[in-house]
Amino acid sequence: MSTVVLLTLTGLGLGALYFLVASGLSLIFGLMDVLNFAHGALMSIGAYGTWWAASGHLPGAGPGGAAFALAVVFGTAVGTVAAVLLELAVIRPLYARPREQILATVGVGLAVPALLSAIWGADARPFPGPAALSGTAGLLGAEVPFNRLVLIAAALVVLAALRLFLSRTRHGLVVRAGVEDRAMVTALGIDVRKAFTLVFAIGGAAAALGGAIGGLYFGSVDPEQGTSLLIFAFVVVVMGGMGSLAGAALASVAVGLVQQFANYYTTAGLGDLAVVVLLAALLLVRPRGLTGRLA
Amino acid sequence: MSTSPAPLLTVRDLRVVIGDSHILHGVDLDVAARGTTALLGRNGAGKTTTVRGILGLVPRTGSVLLSGEETVRLATHSLVRRGIGYAPEDRGVFATLTVAENLRLAERPGAGQPAYDLVHGLFPELRQRARQAAGTLSGGQQQMVAIARTLLNGNRLIIADEPTKGLAPKVVTEVAQVLERAAEAVPVLLVEQNLAVVRRLARHCVVLADGRTAHRGPAAELLADAGAAHRLLGVGRAGHDGAGPSPAGASARPAAHPATRTEEAEV
Repeated sequence: MSTVVLLTLTGLGLGALYFLVASGLSLIFGLMDVLNFAHGALMSIGAYGTWWAASGHLPGAGPGGAAFALAVVFGTAVGTVAAVLLELAVIRPLYARPREQILATVGVGLAVPALLSAIWGADARPFPGPAALSGTAGLLGAEVPFNRLVLIAAALVVLAALRLFLSRTRHGLVVRAGVEDRAMVTALGIDVRKAFTLVFAIGGAAAALGGAIGGLYFGSVDPEQGTSLLIFAFVVVVMGGMGSLAGAALASVAVGLVQQFANYYTTAGLGDLAVVVLLAALLLVRPRGLTGRLA
Repeated sequence: MSTSPAPLLTVRDLRVVIGDSHILHGVDLDVAARGTTALLGRNGAGKTTTVRGILGLVPRTGSVLLSGEETVRLATHSLVRRGIGYAPEDRGVFATLTVAENLRLAERPGAGQPAYDLVHGLFPELRQRARQAAGTLSGGQQQMVAIARTLLNGNRLIIADEPTKGLAPKVVTEVAQVLERAAEAVPVLLVEQNLAVVRRLARHCVVLADGRTAHRGPAAELLADAGAAHRLLGVGRAGHDGAGPSPAGASARPAAHPATRTEEAEV
C-alpha cells in the first residue's frame, strides 16, 4: 500500500512538472499554431536562474525559506523575460512562416543548453533548497518527499490561476477566442499579437517555475534537463488536445503515473516506452486527444 | 443640381493573390455614404475575397480609402477600429464561448459605451440566451450574434457577407428587417445571393465577374433589367437565351447555369 501511495504521489509530482511545461506549450500552439521547441530551454533558464540566485549571487536570495522563495521568483521572472524576448525577436518576424518558425525554435532550443554549458559547464550542479523541503512527510504509511508535494501544489495553483485568467479576464477571453478563430478576433478590432506575447509570457513563466521547483525534485540542474523533459510535454499536449488546459492537466497526470508505475513494476526505463504506448493507444481511440481538439 | 455625398469607402484596383491563385484582378467599388450597397456576382466571382481583401484578412494590393484615408497598409484590427463592423460569411461566431462572451469580445475599450440596449432591443433572444454556448445556437441565432457584434460599437460601416445564407425564410425576413433598420443609420456593404433581399435593401450595387468589377449602378435598375441580371448574375429566364426582358421579380429564379446560386426568395 505504501509503495502504491509513494508511486502515485511521485507520479503526480512528475505529472505536475509536465503540466507546468505543457500548459504554456498547449496554449501557444492552440492560439498561434507555433510548435515551440524552445519551451524546454525556458524551463532550463528558470532552473538556472533559481540555482544562480539561491547560490548566493542575488542579494536577499539563498537556499532557505523566504530567501529561496525570492530565488524562485527571480528564476521565474528571468524565464518570463526570455519567453517574451523569444516571441518578439524570433517568433513574430516569422509569423505565417511555420517551417522557419520551427527551425528557429529548434535552434534556440539547442543554443540555450549550449550557452548554459559554456557558462557553467555541462555537468549537473547540486540544487540548493530549503532544508525543510528536503525531508519527507508520512502519508498513508508512505514517506513522501516534500518536493513532490510542492510540485503538485505549484501545478494546482498554476492551473487555478490560468483557469481564472482565461475565464474572468478580457485577455483570457481573447486567448480563448483566438484558439478558436484567430482571424475573426482581429476582424473584431483586437490586436491578437498582444495576446501572442502575453501567452508566451505566461507559458514561459509556468515553464520557468517548473524549472525552478523541478530543481528540488531532481536535486540538481543540468543544461539538458529542460530539453529532455520537452518530449514528454509534447506527448501531454497531443494527448490532452491542442490548446486545452484541462486536457493538458489530465494528460500530465496520466503520463506521470504511467511512467512511474511502469518503471517500478517492470524494468527501469520501460516507463518512457509505456508513455509512447499510452499515446498511441489514446490516439487510436481518440485521434483528437482527450478533449477533442486537434488544433 | 444636387451632388451625391462622397463615398464612405472607395476601393480601386484591389488585387488578391493567394499562393498560385490570382483571385482578384482589379476590383473597383464605392460604398455610398448612405444606405446599402450590394456586392453581387455568381459563385466564385470573388465577393468574399473582396470583403476579406478590404479588411486585410488576405494579402492585397490596390487602394482602400475609408472616408478618404488610405487603409491598405493597415493591419486588420487597426482598420476595424476605425469603425467597421464585420459579419463574415460563416458568421464567425466563437462556438465554445457564450453569447455574452461573443458580444463582449466585440466591445472596443475606450470607444464609448457599447450599445447593448440597441442590440437587445433588436434581438431580445440574445439576452435570454446570454449564458448559452454560441455553438449550440441555431443558424439564425448565430447570425443574430454576428450582426449584433457589428451594431455594438457605433461603427461607420457595416460589412455583412451573405447574412441570409442557409436561413429559414422567416429568419431571412428578420435579418433583412434588422439590416434595413441598421442601414438607416450606418452604411452597409452587403454581399448577398438572395435578390429579394437585395431588392428590398440595396440602393446601389456592384457586380463582380471573374475577380473584376463587371457592373456598377443603382440596384433597382439592374434587377429591373432581366437581360442584364441574367448576364451578370445568372438569374431569370431559365431555359431562355437571356437576351430579352422578363417581368422583374416575379420570374426571377435560379438559372440553368451550374455555378449560380443567386436566388430570389420571399422576404
